[in-house]
Amino acid sequence: MSSLSVSERTRIRVEDVSVTYRTSLEKAPTLRSTLLRLGRRQRVIREIQALQNVSFTVPHGKVLGVVGANGAGKSTLMRTVAGILPPTSGRVEVEGRVSTLLSLGVGFNRKLTGRQNVVLGGLAAGLTRAELREKYDEIVEFAELEDFMDMPMRTYSSGMYGRLAFAVAVTMHPDILIIDEALSVGDARFRRKSFNRMRELCAEDRTILLVSHALGSIEKLCDEAIWMDKGRMRMWDEPHAVVEAYTEFLGVRDEDEDPVTMEDV
Amino acid sequence: MTAPVRDPEQRQRTDEFTSVRHVYEPHRVGLPPLGSYVRELWRRREFAFELSRTTLRAQHYNTVLGQLWLILSPLLLACVYFVLVDILRARTGGITFFAHLMACLFVYYFVMDSIRQAVRSVVGGGRLILNTAFPRVLLPGAAVITALWRFLPTIAIYVPVHIAVGLPVGVELLWLIPVFLLFAVLATGLAMLVAAGQVYFRDLKNFLTYVTRLWLYGSPILYFASEVPERYQFLLVLNPLAPLLTAWSDVLDFGRAPEVADLVVGAAWALAFFVGGALFFISREREFAVRL
Repeated sequence: MSSLSVSERTRIRVEDVSVTYRTSLEKAPTLRSTLLRLGRRQRVIREIQALQNVSFTVPHGKVLGVVGANGAGKSTLMRTVAGILPPTSGRVEVEGRVSTLLSLGVGFNRKLTGRQNVVLGGLAAGLTRAELREKYDEIVEFAELEDFMDMPMRTYSSGMYGRLAFAVAVTMHPDILIIDEALSVGDARFRRKSFNRMRELCAEDRTILLVSHALGSIEKLCDEAIWMDKGRMRMWDEPHAVVEAYTEFLGVRDEDEDPVTMEDV
Repeated sequence: MTAPVRDPEQRQRTDEFTSVRHVYEPHRVGLPPLGSYVRELWRRREFAFELSRTTLRAQHYNTVLGQLWLILSPLLLACVYFVLVDILRARTGGITFFAHLMACLFVYYFVMDSIRQAVRSVVGGGRLILNTAFPRVLLPGAAVITALWRFLPTIAIYVPVHIAVGLPVGVELLWLIPVFLLFAVLATGLAMLVAAGQVYFRDLKNFLTYVTRLWLYGSPILYFASEVPERYQFLLVLNPLAPLLTAWSDVLDFGRAPEVADLVVGAAWALAFFVGGALFFISREREFAVRL
């Protein structure tokens, strides 16, 4: 370990991580139902093993792609690395400031305006007001939403919503950027712009985790890739090999470079 | 934390939220390292203020009518209770009693408002919790700040009444500061408790409506602590708010320093709820993301 030079320092180390959810089948847990159940030992609980013994490392400055079917545990993995979900067992070590762009709603409150959401999200992520002021214009400019920042986000179209989310995530200048299926937002022009921005970020000295169903961009942007299947890591290799194996497994690769699965970000 | 630390400079910062190095290990009902938790909480205090400001703005606190309502609503409430108590007691407590009612009712509503704002804070903060790692205590904390901002205008309506009815004004009034701080500590403890509780029992909010009503009647607000008959004295002993309200009323209505016993018992209740609420909340908060 001590032989690692600084530039090859490990940024993310995931060691034997498992995450198990316990979901009860009730709609929402209530005091009333708990009291009614007292004495009768019937608790309907289902265990969902979202991640099972996943281990990998990402060195400084590398881009790791994550592919897998819906429900394979990709989003859970991202939230565990971001420190939002505690692992049930195992250990996650992350070095540096993390910025996340996760698929689940991106942390915006639809009742608030774009400006309020950017400020609240930034402060929660640990930025100071001075840093925020500095970045605010950059975010707005990138998202191209100058006229909409003081309107409640429920009036935004889904494309505008995604654009603002993407702009916030890439403008935070994090050491580690986690992007979860959030690249395919906006119109063709914005997608081109965000793809270019991603390419810039990947070329810079930044560690990135990228979850995408767009296998083409995984191949183009990533240095390594992992394939998640039913909570387990099935493969960890260079992107082309992983994408190859994954598409073969899905049985979707009839002709080379199927335009639907390879579709750009 | 038993981090296999490779880089000696990194050693001192093996924390949960710090911007340098993060280690996430299973601790479903364990406490995170408290030192770094508090440090990180302090670093992000601006978030709580901003969240509270946003909430207030959404409640039209920044408009003239909104502020007028914040003053009118508690004033009307005090009038309603005054008429009610005046009829029930069949003897008029007079205008000084009205002042007592206002003072105690307003501070009581500060505590209850904290709880009411807090109970939805974690469950309602869903998206932010699912996507950002930050000390969740900031959410009920913001709720207490919001309640505090809503309490402040009521001081403005109380002061003229206090002076007009000729209640004592003197240095003893300085006692209000520590007593109010204890109210705030108690409110924060309760806020953390209900905010975490609502995650596990989503109908807690409905129960709280009854709890706050009962608590109001069991507290020396609609009457003086000294008027409570012998067989109901236990209510004052068991009620965490009673000693603080008694101290509050001693200072405001009688212009005397609060009794030491009231201060000590009130502080003990407040601290117990604060520490208990904080431990409960912080030890559970990592689980919230799964439960929402």
